Amino acid sequence: MPDKTLTFTSIAALTLVISGGVLPQWAIFLVTVSLCYGTVVLGMILLARTGLVSFGHGLYYCLGAYSAGTSKLFWGISDLIFMLLTAIILTATISFALGFLLRKYRSIFFAMLSLAFSMILYGLLSKSSYLGSTDGFNVTTQTIFGYDFLDSGYARYIIFLITTFTAWLCCFLMHLYLKSNKGRLADAVKDNELRVEYLGASAAKIIHTNYVISAVLAGLGGALMAISIGHIDPEMSYWTTSGEFVFITIMAGTSSVLAPFFGSMLFTTVRSFAYEYSPDTWQLLLGTTMLIIIIFLPDGLWSLFTRKKKHRSV
Amino acid sequence: MKSFKIKIALVTIILCCFSKAFADDDAIKIGFISYLSGPASSDYGLPAKHAAEAIIKSINAGNAPTPYSMKGFSGTQIELIFLDEAGGSTKQVTEFTQLVMRHKVDFVIGYLSSTNCLAVAPVAEKLKILTILLDCGTARIFEENDFKYVFRTRSHSTMDVIAAAKYFLTDHPEIKNFSGINPNYAYGRESWRDWNAVMSILAPQAEKQSSQMPKLHAGLYGSEISSLARKKSDVIYSSLWGGDLKAFLMQASPRELFKETKLILVAGEPNLQNLAGFIPDGTIVTSRGMTSGMMENDSKLNRWLIEIFQEKSGGLATYPVYSTANAILGLKKAYEKARLTKLQKAVPMADVAGVQDGMKQAYLPPNTKQIIAAFEGLDFETPNGRVEMALGKGHQAIHGTSYGTTRTKDGKVYTENVKFFPAKEVQPPKNIKSLDWILNGFQLTK
Repeated sequence: MPDKTLTFTSIAALTLVISGGVLPQWAIFLVTVSLCYGTVVLGMILLARTGLVSFGHGLYYCLGAYSAGTSKLFWGISDLIFMLLTAIILTATISFALGFLLRKYRSIFFAMLSLAFSMILYGLLSKSSYLGSTDGFNVTTQTIFGYDFLDSGYARYIIFLITTFTAWLCCFLMHLYLKSNKGRLADAVKDNELRVEYLGASAAKIIHTNYVISAVLAGLGGALMAISIGHIDPEMSYWTTSGEFVFITIMAGTSSVLAPFFGSMLFTTVRSFAYEYSPDTWQLLLGTTMLIIIIFLPDGLWSLFTRKKKHRSV
Repeated sequence: MKSFKIKIALVTIILCCFSKAFADDDAIKIGFISYLSGPASSDYGLPAKHAAEAIIKSINAGNAPTPYSMKGFSGTQIELIFLDEAGGSTKQVTEFTQLVMRHKVDFVIGYLSSTNCLAVAPVAEKLKILTILLDCGTARIFEENDFKYVFRTRSHSTMDVIAAAKYFLTDHPEIKNFSGINPNYAYGRESWRDWNAVMSILAPQAEKQSSQMPKLHAGLYGSEISSLARKKSDVIYSSLWGGDLKAFLMQASPRELFKETKLILVAGEPNLQNLAGFIPDGTIVTSRGMTSGMMENDSKLNRWLIEIFQEKSGGLATYPVYSTANAILGLKKAYEKARLTKLQKAVPMADVAGVQDGMKQAYLPPNTKQIIAAFEGLDFETPNGRVEMALGKGHQAIHGTSYGTTRTKDGKVYTENVKFFPAKEVQPPKNIKSLDWILNGFQLTK
């Protein structure tokens, strides 16, 4: 029997691709940005399932963006696929190294230590006038698989397609991973680490693996964001950016791989409209939305859908 | 049932949002972006917003003095849409795209921070929307890029540094050493780099002593003040602004840092009156142009701006207010010039139908390309003095500036010994980067 979530993910992705042809440009742009956020938050969900909250995922988000942005500078290549690959390799390497230290810590200590690392990157980038200091610099993506798409008039749509495809692929793989034995251990580590060890699995290794996966997802999200926005600056590594990811994670809930995308779409839409209707108090509106969700839907937005299922089965 | 109700509510909210988004209008729509929240809002963002409201209201009513006395832009009313600049460049690019694509604004005026200017400019170019950058000090925008749709009606910050050095050196040619305290981000670093470059040319004997780079919005400057106090330099150069500057002065004054040391503030004007009681007498401040507090600038335009701003917000017109006036008046001038050129160029055809058609075409509002053509290289009067779009292929403004020395009397800060620097003396000519110009000894080539 085909997995329901996988079918639904694929249908959602297909719908997006098709509707991309008719949606107005501004909506395509909003969806692209949401999908980038969603990809990052997908990784945060894996960590949340393992019982960890990272306040420093801006580190990988920013690294991904900068490795994509500097690929022209360092390698002389501005190919979209190459940019994504460098982002994956860089974030995987760095998170693998940092994982040895971070996997020893839990709860607030993990959160603070990851925050510290992201702020180190922020400090380094702010001081490097070569990379534009706090002003950052612009990113131009010229080709995809060697095909020059920038001036074709479909640039936005192609970037949207690539983002949708990446998000779908990540969703798909993440779902398979969560259903596998190794993935299920994430919940076990959250519930009782000691018992996991008695079962013969290493909690540290599970945390390390999940940390690297979530870092790569954040890097991918960052690289895609750099490509679609066209500008990067050290702010991406600032703790408020990481805080935004935590915000979306809590808002979306962790029960499904689709939740982060749903959450981030709501987040960007609410933010964009709040910006427009109350430019003086948009932060207040975002905060109120968050409060309402926490009070009425403590398990996140996704519980709207799972609740319905329960009703049916009863 | 509960979840169903929530869903209904959600859908209704989203539908409501969309319905307003599709409303349409005949007026010219201008998106206006400045800091409405955060540390830069009180001294910069909000005055800019109030100024925009006041100026547009006056222009729409046709109350502005000549040459801006025509109602609206060539008679068409103007509508403003405000957005907050806070929240980082990713958000700004997203919101800029929304503003242009969803609201179909005709023009965008805004951005005080260099980061946002650098991020938004290429997007404006891609979306082909005429965008006027309000402030953003960095010279990088037009020195590293060629933009067609982006204009800046304020000079870049190199001018402040060069004029500061020239002003200071007229009275103190024998300067032996200097120190600096600048915020640790792109603007502060660039400003300090330019100052060092200028000093290396104009006063090569002066030795750099201490360079303090506190974090932006640090709030506490105890250790920096100690370090500066130990050196007892002839002069301290600072590009701190807003709340940072106020905090620094409040903490430095009781420690008598400025007893033997002069202070130069290149970004001190916007809250000069807020600094009464803290700012030491004899501090060198700039107005970045000819703003109200400094120069005897009794032009009709200046009186008009001061009056309408006073009426709107009850405050004194400061630097951001003048920046806003520059942007709006520049755009108005360019728009009306484009329209006039269009009317003059309209050649009636031989047959009657052609005449009617030709006239109809001529009376249509000018398109963005025509306005850009009119804007490039434009020079126009502002309350701030004459502005000339001379650099960056006619997209970057230059204008004169003035420097003065402060004296506090009865709780008010006055400036005396004010000296005006014409644009050509403190602005690089075309085709050379500002830093190269300074290092070449203010020549095109060595």
